[in-house]
Amino acid sequence: MSATPIELPRWADTALVPLVSVVAALLVAGLVVLGIGESPLEATALLLKGSLGSLEGLGFTLYYATNFVFTGLAVAVAFHAGLFNIGGEGQATVAGIFAALACLWLAPLPGILLVPLAILAAAVGGAAWAFIPGYLQAVRGSHVVITTIMFNFIAATLIVYLLVEVIGKPGSMQPETADFAKHATLTPMHQLLAPLGLKLPKTPLNSAFLLALAALVAVWLLIYRSRLGYAIRTVGANPRAAAYAGISPARITMVAMALSGALAGGLAVNEVMGVQHRLVLDFTAGYGFVGVAVALMGRGHPVGVGLAALLFGALYQGGAELSFDKPTITRDMVVVIGGVVILFAGALEGLFRRLVAGTLRLGRGG
Amino acid sequence: MTGTAPAAIELYSISKSFGPVAANRNVSLTVAAGSIHGIVGENGAGKSTLMSILYGFYEADSGEIRVGGEKRTISSPAEAIATGIGMVHQHFMLVEPLSVVENVVLGAEGGTWLKRGIAKARAELARLSAQYGLAIDPDATVASLSVGLQQRVEILKALYRGAEVLILDEPTAVLTPAEADQLFELLRALKAQGKTVILITHKLREIMAVTDRVSVMRRGEMVAHVETISTSPAALAEAMVGRRVLLRVEKAPRQRGAPVLEAAGLSVVDARGHETLREASLTLYEGEIVGIAGVAGNGQSELLEVLAGLVQPTRGVIRLDGRILTTADRSPANLRRLGLMHIPEDRQKTGLVTAFAAAENMILGYHDDPAFGPGPLLAPSAIRCHALAGMQAYDVRPADPTLKTAKFSGGNQQKLVLAREIERAPKVLLVGQPTRGVDIGAIEFIHRRLIALRDAGVAILLVSVELEEVMALSDRILALCGGRITGERAAEEADERDLGLLMAGVSERAA
Repeated sequence: MSATPIELPRWADTALVPLVSVVAALLVAGLVVLGIGESPLEATALLLKGSLGSLEGLGFTLYYATNFVFTGLAVAVAFHAGLFNIGGEGQATVAGIFAALACLWLAPLPGILLVPLAILAAAVGGAAWAFIPGYLQAVRGSHVVITTIMFNFIAATLIVYLLVEVIGKPGSMQPETADFAKHATLTPMHQLLAPLGLKLPKTPLNSAFLLALAALVAVWLLIYRSRLGYAIRTVGANPRAAAYAGISPARITMVAMALSGALAGGLAVNEVMGVQHRLVLDFTAGYGFVGVAVALMGRGHPVGVGLAALLFGALYQGGAELSFDKPTITRDMVVVIGGVVILFAGALEGLFRRLVAGTLRLGRGG
Repeated sequence: MTGTAPAAIELYSISKSFGPVAANRNVSLTVAAGSIHGIVGENGAGKSTLMSILYGFYEADSGEIRVGGEKRTISSPAEAIATGIGMVHQHFMLVEPLSVVENVVLGAEGGTWLKRGIAKARAELARLSAQYGLAIDPDATVASLSVGLQQRVEILKALYRGAEVLILDEPTAVLTPAEADQLFELLRALKAQGKTVILITHKLREIMAVTDRVSVMRRGEMVAHVETISTSPAALAEAMVGRRVLLRVEKAPRQRGAPVLEAAGLSVVDARGHETLREASLTLYEGEIVGIAGVAGNGQSELLEVLAGLVQPTRGVIRLDGRILTTADRSPANLRRLGLMHIPEDRQKTGLVTAFAAAENMILGYHDDPAFGPGPLLAPSAIRCHALAGMQAYDVRPADPTLKTAKFSGGNQQKLVLAREIERAPKVLLVGQPTRGVDIGAIEFIHRRLIALRDAGVAILLVSVELEEVMALSDRILALCGGRITGERAAEEADERDLGLLMAGVSERAA
């Protein structure tokens, strides 16, 4: 019956509890591996080697992490305003459409103009797609969890229609656009770092990674150091106090959702402009949903989101390697681990908080 | 038998710390069986912590609890209930859409099938009601009951679970004076039947009226145990604060200036379509305090909210400095710019974001002030400096701007709000419940600040459930009943009975 929140020291709150959640999730996943007759230790070794053991593996890990940073930040920003944006998939899809149209239509422009404009288009597309649920929430009271999920479906259908009927490559049986011009794409990291004398293996990692790092810093500045971020946090923590303070919760709801959608658009920048170099179906591949786990694990703080994105990047890349080496462990296993982490980091967090609080008290008493 | 019977509750050198803060230090307390025992102390003195330890919410770091002479460890409310300790919280723990009897059995349904438990509870309720004279309809929906009756349901709940010792935490905070008197009758009846009552309060009048013994806490320690008949409010107040306290407010005659805020024919309709404020008209002059007298829920909150721009009136005109305020002018942010500041009635729900650090709350409503950072950014160091200055000027304890607001006591939270709004040099100050849940030392401080503001020429509108406070501070008093202003009195000529009639809606003075 006690509803008193468990108070923990800051370091335990921000580092220890998420760590315990991850370790517990890995233990449970290990049991599942054991259940299908494989050695969890060997699987872990393969996973670590595949994700962090080589420059190539690391490149893939960081490429995945780039996606998770964007979608994780998208969820985190909405979270601070008290909103649960689970429409990252749809917002990234629309952002991809916008970016693709910019890359195709503005192709005559030089790269130095075209690329920023296309990135901007992606942000605007994502923002617009998130703004509508934000508007409906603020003005009509329609819950964003429902509307953003619905908007995922609408976006998924929209992209099929556009690729098949409108902007598909003429004469192609594939639902995809023509390839973008070379100067409309983002530079792969191995090319970017070559002039510095660094020889990296060829991986999908591209300059969108740098954009992701910038986004982490920008979101930190926004949330914790700006007037807008203050307003966002006030609305998220206490809408009544916000109204009292002259901050319009309705306005902040719309602004926060738009910002959230713009961040989700980063996923499209990485995938469409950085890797595929054309618009294809399903390029969002569930990264938008994993963003929820990333934000939960990262506790909404950009540093946490960065670390969690790295973890999920390693799981994705290591999991791919693992399923290659051990066909009995399919990629679905990684999804299972992700699911367990979400369960532990999100839903069962209170359990671990209690455990950690108890252990700390024991340590102090002794 | 007296003298030989074991005490109902004995606490021996209970200590409890939250991090570096010692909430209870070697607290000992003996509560005689069949008595009403008062515990008084300022907010943050450790009363609630002590009772939470007794009720199993917290575990003491050290110390011993004896119930009926036997040593016990109470590590959860369930264990407290099992040992015969019941608690009535300041904020009721009732399920409003359920009936009285359903609320009473909640958590003690007695088996899988509800029907049998309900039938048993109904019989038991009838018996308890008869025994203690607690008339209540077992099938009434809790939401439809008055606050006083809801409190009875809480008490019945505790008795139904076999409570021998009943802890009441600030029980009269939400009651009208008449309801409070009924509660005291009930407590006396409980005592006559051999139950033990522990009453936590900061209202000395109640302590004097109803308790047998009083224990006084100050800064986590027990400083006095006395027989009620051998003490006085002044002595208790002194023990609580540790120095002499002025219970009366001293103020110079007012220097009334020009009219600042004028409202004419203001009406407010709430979300359910009820007209909660009807045709209210009032004028605030510079350098005066206008008090609103009324039983809670008669339109005071709406009056404050509509003047502060939080609610739009359905009819009526508001003038500030002679200028009519349009709907756009009446946004809270704009009103602040025009010098109309508002200390809301509920500081935790409206006036503060309790999850924020104190420093962040000190800029709530003023986060657009260029003093707090360059351009769109905020500078944490500037915000902390500003907060520290305000906290020191208003004696907020601890004066730590980085501490989470939820960790401050009620009085200190209120001082944070006060510091924030008053430091902005208001022209008009709307004040709601400035001293609700605030300890005596802080009340004195807050009253002096308000009087000083008035003397400096600020127009103040005061809403308070404490009629005494309204009468002590105001220069003029308006009575509200059913959303209507039912009368006006100059403070000198107002008396409690007369105001009580106005508050009850008996319009102008008969005869």
